[in-house]
Amino acid sequence: MSTHGDPPLLRVEDLRVEFPTEDGVVKAVDGITYEVGRGRTLGVVGESGSGKSVAAMTVLGLTRAQGAKISGRVIFEGVDLLKLDEVALRQIRGNEIAMVFQDPSTALHPLYKVGAQIVEAVRAHQDVTKAQARARTIELLGLVGIPDPDRRVDDYPHEFSGGMKQRAMIAMALANEPKLLIADEPTTALDVTVQAQILALLERLRGELGMAIVIVTHDMGVVAEMADEIAVMYAGRIVEMAATERLLSRPEHPYTWGLLRSIPKLDGPRAERLEPIKGSPPSLIDPPSGCHFHPRCEYARPEHARIDPELRPLPDDPSHSVACLLEPKERRKLWGEST
Amino acid sequence: MSSAEPLMEVRDLQKHFSLTRGVVRARKAGAVKAVDGVSFEVLKGETLGIVGETGCGKSTTARLMMRLLEPTAGTVRFEGEDITHLKGGKLKTVRRELQMVFQDPYSSLNPRKTVGSIVGEPFAIHGLYGDRGERRGKVKELMDTVGLNPEHYNRYPHEFSGGQRQRIGVARALALGPKLLIADEPVSALDVSIQAQVLNLLRECQREMGLTLVLISHDLSVVRHMCDRVAVMYEGKIVELAENEALYGEPKHPYTKKLLAAVPGSRRRAA
Repeated sequence: MSTHGDPPLLRVEDLRVEFPTEDGVVKAVDGITYEVGRGRTLGVVGESGSGKSVAAMTVLGLTRAQGAKISGRVIFEGVDLLKLDEVALRQIRGNEIAMVFQDPSTALHPLYKVGAQIVEAVRAHQDVTKAQARARTIELLGLVGIPDPDRRVDDYPHEFSGGMKQRAMIAMALANEPKLLIADEPTTALDVTVQAQILALLERLRGELGMAIVIVTHDMGVVAEMADEIAVMYAGRIVEMAATERLLSRPEHPYTWGLLRSIPKLDGPRAERLEPIKGSPPSLIDPPSGCHFHPRCEYARPEHARIDPELRPLPDDPSHSVACLLEPKERRKLWGEST
Repeated sequence: MSSAEPLMEVRDLQKHFSLTRGVVRARKAGAVKAVDGVSFEVLKGETLGIVGETGCGKSTTARLMMRLLEPTAGTVRFEGEDITHLKGGKLKTVRRELQMVFQDPYSSLNPRKTVGSIVGEPFAIHGLYGDRGERRGKVKELMDTVGLNPEHYNRYPHEFSGGQRQRIGVARALALGPKLLIADEPVSALDVSIQAQVLNLLRECQREMGLTLVLISHDLSVVRHMCDRVAVMYEGKIVELAENEALYGEPKHPYTKKLLAAVPGSRRRAA
């Protein structure tokens, strides 16, 4: 969402990703549209199977090899990435757009030194000598807060702790000062104190390098801290999108309510019971008819099983969109009653 | 809660794992002090939380309490009896009273057994309900208690979602009517919308059966929601143990303060 007139850095338009499987076609991403402005952070929240990771990987063309059927547009600086061939895409991937994955212990090659792997990333996109690339690598490791970087550059991944590996992955992602960083659950495998350090690091680098971030996570706390805007995904679609403050204080979708209510809080009174969302996430091969959330929604009416809601901006705040069949007045009343 | 008597008492408990070097003639090269002298009591009917980060020794402590690991030093007393060195039949008897729910509902259930035989296995081990019909009835009753459809008796674990699998694990743990249930990260492998279901289930079971619960977790919000008292572990030691409100309201130890401040969203709350 660009706040000013200039075109967004990234615009994803009606993106659909389908995987043919033996059991049928999995509609992992089912028509999502969003924008990320320069230097902004978009948080994409959802549970496992909501399509949030597939959507992020598809932006970088990483689902092509898995036989995915992809449609829609991914416009990055005016170029549709979905139309680029692998060679052209490789120029952008790791250079203009970089990605950090969830599990730092599997993302690094165990038999190569950490430094060598970052040197490789530097030299893939920059015409520099080995010595220059090594100097840059040491600088990067220092930037992400690895102590004693000129010595640790020659360590193997197993000599790094989980948090250090994730820092090394971020160093690698930053090697070419990308304009956009896609971080898929960057802190999920880490302890809270390390998580706090990594999030603070991303925040600082965003400020220093002016890079935009798409952070994909299941953790409302992480997006609450990091994101300017939040998109909530359910069953392959965005069901609600708004500025962070607004989404957290005035959520409009019953699924968002469910997510916010089911998490125990660190402040406020302790409830005797948590309010779980009933049922479990739907199959993406045979999603529910009408509103995909209706089987789990306590406010669903019979007609919601037939009508498929569109993601529509709210009249009072066009930057806040929701895909829900309930009347806005009614929604406000329902959320107001529960808080 | 302070007037309640202790169900379990842990005194100066230590577990050191020795590190060896060399393959042919292994020699001791040091020790990892996973649990380095912890003492606490678990009071009857309470929920005690143990929080800490990876490697702080919280899971090792749980396994020592369960007598799944031999401590290097220290004692574990259950209902006043020293169970630290019990063996054979006596240990088996005590084990009926101590049960555990594990973190990963995918690896803690045998994929080749039906739900019925997983939940009924404790009966088989302890020679209870020898009559097949009776055992089946008892298992179905347990499945109903934890919110599983008893008609799914003959299904296999892969046919269940993560949350349902964790219910199977809870049913198995409750089978023998234990007095103490230790849950080691019971919800950390589950989706957020499912976590709440399993936490509610644990609390209901505790209320209805008068269980004492020890909840081990890295998630400070989950522990705050569930526990009466909370112990914070760091590098094999308990650095702070306090009533819930006191620990979250006025943390005393710098490490506890650091942990609480690190929870994402806490900066926004403070602002």
